[in-house]
Amino acid sequence: MPKDHGIGASSKRREDVRFLTGTGNYTDDINVHGQLYVHFLRSDVAHGRINKVDTAAASEMPGVVRVFTGADFEGVGSIPCGWQVTDRFGEVMQEPPHPVLAQGKVRHVGDPIAAVVAESLSQARDAAEAIEFDIDELPAVVDMKEALKDGAPKVHDDLKNNLCYDWGFVEENREAVDKAIKEAAHVTTLELVNNRLVANPMEPRVAVGDYNRANDESTLYTTSQNPHVIRLLMGAFVLGIPEHKLRVIAPDVGGGFGTKIFHYAEEAFCTFAARQLARPVKWTSTRSEAFMSDAHGRDHVTKIELALDKDNNFTALRTDTYANMGAYLSTFAPSVPTWLHGTLMAGNYKTPLIYVNVKAVFTNTVPVDAYRGAGRPEATFQLERVVDKAARELGVDPIALRRQNFISEFPYATPVAVEYDTGDYTATMDKLEEIADIAGFAARRKESEAKGKLRGLGVNCYIEACGIAPSNLVGQLGARAGLYESATVRVNATGSISVMTGSHSHGQGHETAFPQVVAEMLGIPEDQIDIVHGDTARTPMGMGTYGSRSLAVGGSAMVRATEKIINKAKKIASHLMEASEADIELKDGQFTVAGTDKSVAWGDVTLAAYVPHNYPLEDIEPGLEETAFYDPSNFTYPSGAYACEVELDPDTGKVTVERFSAADDFGNIINPMIVSGQVHGGIAQGVGQALMENCVYDENGQLLSASYMDYAMPRADDVPFYSVDHSCVTPCTHNPLGVKGCGEAGAIGSPPAVINAVVDALQSGGHDVTHIDMPASPSRVWAAMNG
Amino acid sequence: MYNFDIVRPSSVADAVAALGEEDAQALGGGQTLIPTLKQRLASPAKLVSLAGIAEMKGVCTGDDGVLCIGGGTTHGTVAAEATAYPALAALAGNIGDPAVRNRGTIGGSLANNDPSACYPSAALASGATIVTNTREIAADDFFEGMFTTALNEGEIICEVRFPVPEKANYQKFEQPASRFALVGVFVAKYADGVRVAVTGASNDGVFRWTEAEAALSSNFSSSALDGMSVSSDDMIADMHGSAAYRAHLVGVMTKRAVAAAG
Repeated sequence: MPKDHGIGASSKRREDVRFLTGTGNYTDDINVHGQLYVHFLRSDVAHGRINKVDTAAASEMPGVVRVFTGADFEGVGSIPCGWQVTDRFGEVMQEPPHPVLAQGKVRHVGDPIAAVVAESLSQARDAAEAIEFDIDELPAVVDMKEALKDGAPKVHDDLKNNLCYDWGFVEENREAVDKAIKEAAHVTTLELVNNRLVANPMEPRVAVGDYNRANDESTLYTTSQNPHVIRLLMGAFVLGIPEHKLRVIAPDVGGGFGTKIFHYAEEAFCTFAARQLARPVKWTSTRSEAFMSDAHGRDHVTKIELALDKDNNFTALRTDTYANMGAYLSTFAPSVPTWLHGTLMAGNYKTPLIYVNVKAVFTNTVPVDAYRGAGRPEATFQLERVVDKAARELGVDPIALRRQNFISEFPYATPVAVEYDTGDYTATMDKLEEIADIAGFAARRKESEAKGKLRGLGVNCYIEACGIAPSNLVGQLGARAGLYESATVRVNATGSISVMTGSHSHGQGHETAFPQVVAEMLGIPEDQIDIVHGDTARTPMGMGTYGSRSLAVGGSAMVRATEKIINKAKKIASHLMEASEADIELKDGQFTVAGTDKSVAWGDVTLAAYVPHNYPLEDIEPGLEETAFYDPSNFTYPSGAYACEVELDPDTGKVTVERFSAADDFGNIINPMIVSGQVHGGIAQGVGQALMENCVYDENGQLLSASYMDYAMPRADDVPFYSVDHSCVTPCTHNPLGVKGCGEAGAIGSPPAVINAVVDALQSGGHDVTHIDMPASPSRVWAAMNG
Repeated sequence: MYNFDIVRPSSVADAVAALGEEDAQALGGGQTLIPTLKQRLASPAKLVSLAGIAEMKGVCTGDDGVLCIGGGTTHGTVAAEATAYPALAALAGNIGDPAVRNRGTIGGSLANNDPSACYPSAALASGATIVTNTREIAADDFFEGMFTTALNEGEIICEVRFPVPEKANYQKFEQPASRFALVGVFVAKYADGVRVAVTGASNDGVFRWTEAEAALSSNFSSSALDGMSVSSDDMIADMHGSAAYRAHLVGVMTKRAVAAAG
């Protein structure tokens, strides 16, 4: 019998009442009295020297309050980067400045040149057209390998070249890996592209800056996954506003997928302009602006080599990756191709020797940063593609080759510096074979062939590192932030509870799942508990939601705070029942004295805490509110096995996903329905990357896929009904809930399954195709089939 | 969007008069024009909405058996009411999404002559007659290349007359992002021969594939097209497909249309 409340129950998502009835409160719903509107004049060339920006005529246009240019931000800080990578020679990365508005040069299409603040948005747009600017267009660099050649145009004149860093990991393994590959019985080599993506959350970014002259306080309403991080980065590094004078509020946020982690120029602009003008300033991104100003994702070019011995055991792995940083370093950009990517290259396999080289490159394109999975999808895609290719080259079953090389003993220290605490990769593969009906594939292929279609089966595994992460470790790796999480559990006098969390929900269902945990611990109904998040003035300093960390880290903080509540409540209960504290038990919302029929209800104890007439004031303080900060001791390592079946139309090259199955091990599950939903969404994004989505620049740096007319988003009819299972559970060993995180798995595990299936389908039709780059669009598949 | 005036005439005569003014532009269902205005890519002084003109709406069959569709008739209405011409109704029912079909009109689509639009292929393959406020234009004379037609300034498509074929079918291979036709082929078989019109593929907009027409006129089966192909010389090449791919798809979609027409 499934549970109907608490941990393990599929409680209905309470936030959906407002999301589905149009009563959410998104940033664009916020309008502050007297607000002005800003329109950004953005560069339409990818690279150019700014000779002149004349705002005189624009400033005289109706309704214009002020026109800002880069010169207005000369005393203002640069948009900071939150992670410093050290290269393989011991040097720190090249880190160029990132002005709020362009200074001297524009470096990508969409780079803001000027900002018009006016009484209405139309007036601001009209005036922007009256800005006279003179920009000398310079040759642009878009291709990473071209950007690294001698004589290539420099994105940043003051840097040595366009190389941000050349990272080696683990550098000490380099020679041993080279030797093992040289001596291997078989080496499989694959060159591939991990295509650039645009995150496209349903809600575009919005920022509203407000300023109160009376108390010198600034407030920023913004579409952020981590308001405290924005407050810290913007307040301390850009605008110089101390934290007690700066409040950042991220209300309902309509999807983030990583792209709303970062601190953006528009946030700093609205906060800055509101202070300058002493009036609120609002910016709402159009979808067109989002394409050229939201941080993009992925964009890696990789060569990977897998060495095997004569018995098909993996002996070494070497990768050589170029990672596009775009024109500026976005907040966490340097960490994505390095610590979130290189550390995952062992995957699920006991490959003893691994060396990862990553060259991060500046180009005249929109900055690239974390997007659902962030580095881990790139690692998984390379690894699972090369393993699949190896199996085909060796003529062995791809599943058997994987099983043979699985890590099977835990904890397991990989050669890429992480230690997996638990896992059972054989169990998830067994489960996958069952739910995907792998045994029935041959019959389904025959049916497809009878219709003139090719059918392919692709299988892969994945591992990811979630719950980022121990602060002392990430500090050593270059993070300029701690990565703990916080929670305050405030018990009210009548027993209801507000939990203030530093995590932020932008679709994940925290408002439903988090109360399930507290309700379970206290034995009270879930509806007695509400979650407060997204406001630096109402929540303790927290690091926000990304990297599938909220439950593993934020949930653990909440557990710790709730444990403190229970300890104090037991003290109060022991006083009320005149019993020893050691004998007090809490069950189903009742405190009892072990071995007696004495009890007091949860509400009696909470009332006593706030109406302490009969209360041990000499021993404990009144009130019932506790805060905990939780810093994990390790990452968590969700894992699983995915299978995709595609049908391929040989006449047109069109691929359709017919079946998709996912067997995941997320550790313990709080709300199975929400977990399934997270996997469903992730698979849709992974299928989108594999078959449809592609962010394309031409050689001059013009964005060709700049709208939904050309950027193909997956729609409901592009994906099948999924079969997902998360019954394989190896609980995380180091957090109190035994949870691992599920937010990114679908997007990490699905692209290689799709491409493995497409290659399988093509080979079944006699086509000598060993790889196809994403997206495997109809035209690409047809081209591959026709040489 | 820039500021503009809008008038909503209730007759073709009033609309024609309004369009005579400087910088006036006709507004059909607005499925192309409104997004263009929003992006500030056009700045007409006055929009003349054709949406309120009753005489331009509706589907009926004339005494001669020709299907007549008012120029202001939405795709949704054609999909529901053009039952006398099922292939045309099916084409209309697969344009865009319900929101598009409830606003977009046949006259607007033909006047715009987007190279990826569906309707031009139906009009050309059917040998339709485009009836304007001043004259009748044969489809063969109407389409003059990408976004270009025989319409004069201020001329309004009041009606489109479709001879109903014995058999017909439209096959659209969708561009993955926009779901416009990457290649769309409309095949219509009449007593006096077969017409094949291709949209989406060519830099010159919709065109007739005359070699296929000749082959199909003598043998209306997909095998009649074996070994035939269109030249890729004038085909569109972009991130969604090469010229060669589009030329290939013309063959595939034509065969499928013939097969589906039965």
